Amino acid sequence: MPTATTVVIGAGHSGLAVSRHLAERSIDHVVVERGQVAHSWRTQRWDSLRLLTPNWMTRLPGHRYEGDDPDGYLTAAEVARFVGDYAEASAAPVRTETTVTAVRAGDDGFTVATDQGEWRCATVVLAAGITTAPLPALAEALPPGIESVAALDYRNPERLPEGGVLVVGGAASGVQIAEEIHRSGRPVTLATGEHVRVPRRYRGRDILWWLDAAGVLDQRWDEMDDVVRARNLASFQLVGGERTVDFNALQRQGVHLVGKLAGIRDGTAQFSGSLRNVTSLADLKLNRLLHSIDEFAGGTGERPEPTVVPNDPTLLLDLRSGAIRTVVWATGIKPDFSWLELPVFDHRGRLRHEGGVVDWPGLYVTGLPVLRRRRSTFIDGAAADAADLVDHLDGYLSGRAAQASQTSG
Amino acid sequence: MTDTAPAVDNGVNVDALFGARSALSDSPEIAKFEWRSTVSWVKGTHSLSEVETFYGLGGEQAHTKKFTFDADHPPQFAAEDHGITPVEYVLVALGSCLTAGIASVAQVRQVKLNSVKATVAADFDLHGILGADPNVRNGFSNVTVNYEIDADASQEDIEAIVAQSQKRSAVYDALTNPTNVSVNVNASS
Repeated sequence: MPTATTVVIGAGHSGLAVSRHLAERSIDHVVVERGQVAHSWRTQRWDSLRLLTPNWMTRLPGHRYEGDDPDGYLTAAEVARFVGDYAEASAAPVRTETTVTAVRAGDDGFTVATDQGEWRCATVVLAAGITTAPLPALAEALPPGIESVAALDYRNPERLPEGGVLVVGGAASGVQIAEEIHRSGRPVTLATGEHVRVPRRYRGRDILWWLDAAGVLDQRWDEMDDVVRARNLASFQLVGGERTVDFNALQRQGVHLVGKLAGIRDGTAQFSGSLRNVTSLADLKLNRLLHSIDEFAGGTGERPEPTVVPNDPTLLLDLRSGAIRTVVWATGIKPDFSWLELPVFDHRGRLRHEGGVVDWPGLYVTGLPVLRRRRSTFIDGAAADAADLVDHLDGYLSGRAAQASQTSG
Repeated sequence: MTDTAPAVDNGVNVDALFGARSALSDSPEIAKFEWRSTVSWVKGTHSLSEVETFYGLGGEQAHTKKFTFDADHPPQFAAEDHGITPVEYVLVALGSCLTAGIASVAQVRQVKLNSVKATVAADFDLHGILGADPNVRNGFSNVTVNYEIDADASQEDIEAIVAQSQKRSAVYDALTNPTNVSVNVNASS
């Protein structure tokens, strides 16, 4: 059985940033990848998708965007190329087309089973990304004849049947998909629960420029009032481009806004009566964020208009009338740890870890939202997270080595 | 929270609430509750409901005493008005739930409440329950809650407290989202 000190699972931006730091410390390792480098960026993104972060934020340890449009937003294909170039520039020891089937405790560390054989290692870094989109349970009650598409499988409007579309979810994916489907001529109903409204630009700058400059992105996970909540927040209601995709903009274009999809009974979709409150919550939080930017910058900027909610929001929608032909589920994505055969999950199935240091000696996770800081949510967070985690991992290896020499001495 | 008294006290035991939340992550089964009431028909549209026990925290629980509630309809409905109507109990439930939430959230956010008052109103069309128009539902067509709040905080902070209270309210959720209801009968003659 081949051995390595560290096996990194996943050759996306997070895994490769970890690999770079391991190499700098001369820790021998291998990066196993289910497909090609940046696999999710190649296979699980819709055609028009662009990064939510501006190009100047597209940077990894020792590698950064160097094109002539620092304020633009990369397409998914460009991200895949950027990450591919990084793997090459770093000469990362990537084993492509190698799918992990199990990670188990082994003699003195771990066994990582793959479809290309097993590895023995002292430490494992989980960097497999967020690759699954479990549908909510109520999706099972959809009447027959309605297409059901998860956002991860959605590609473009032309692949959908003609006719009306119900988009479920008001985060970045939901608003972007709703907008482009609506532009294709298919009437769109957008169902939303809690969401995070931010303007693309504020006071002449990209919102992410402000969050970066004001230090918001550097807030640490262990200094937050409620890190669980921060990690579960929906993504910013943004699109990688100049335009605004908030509910006011979408409604002006003709998208029909409804409350959270709360149930489907006898072929009828039931929407929550809480639409007014979720938009108020989002507006209040938006204003609090812009207020904190004003405090940082001095002066005040122009605030976006409060979200307009229909006078009498729709509560019931007959899914058998033919008005809706497709439901697109933009209800969130989750990491897949189904192959992790270690007792490291809490009673709700969530991985137990402190800032990426898993509750099992030698096991680490990276590439998750707000893992160690708010910046962790973005590609730009991989550098600092990888530095921190590899530092911890190196310390763990030194401790093991010291213990081993004591034992043998 | 430390052992010093909080600067603001709206009479909500926040330490106990947060203690409950951390206890839940250790033993989630104690979070399972069952709320109960019994009801007996008296006469006409008059009924008497009693509430005393509930299940939760891993066992049978009880209020400090038995509470009773008369429900009836007013003379305008050709009834004897022994109590408020059932739909008015719904308004009572919503208003008291949101208000308890406001007090709790304000306590957590260290906002002193001086007075909190609300009117709760529901639009309702009698055609529904009389079966006179199939397009009119039996329940409310719209519910409005108007709060008058005097507190040591900005307008925006007060609005945020009220919004958070809705987000965490059981009755608000029960009214705005569908719930499965099973009514079973054990008949004798």
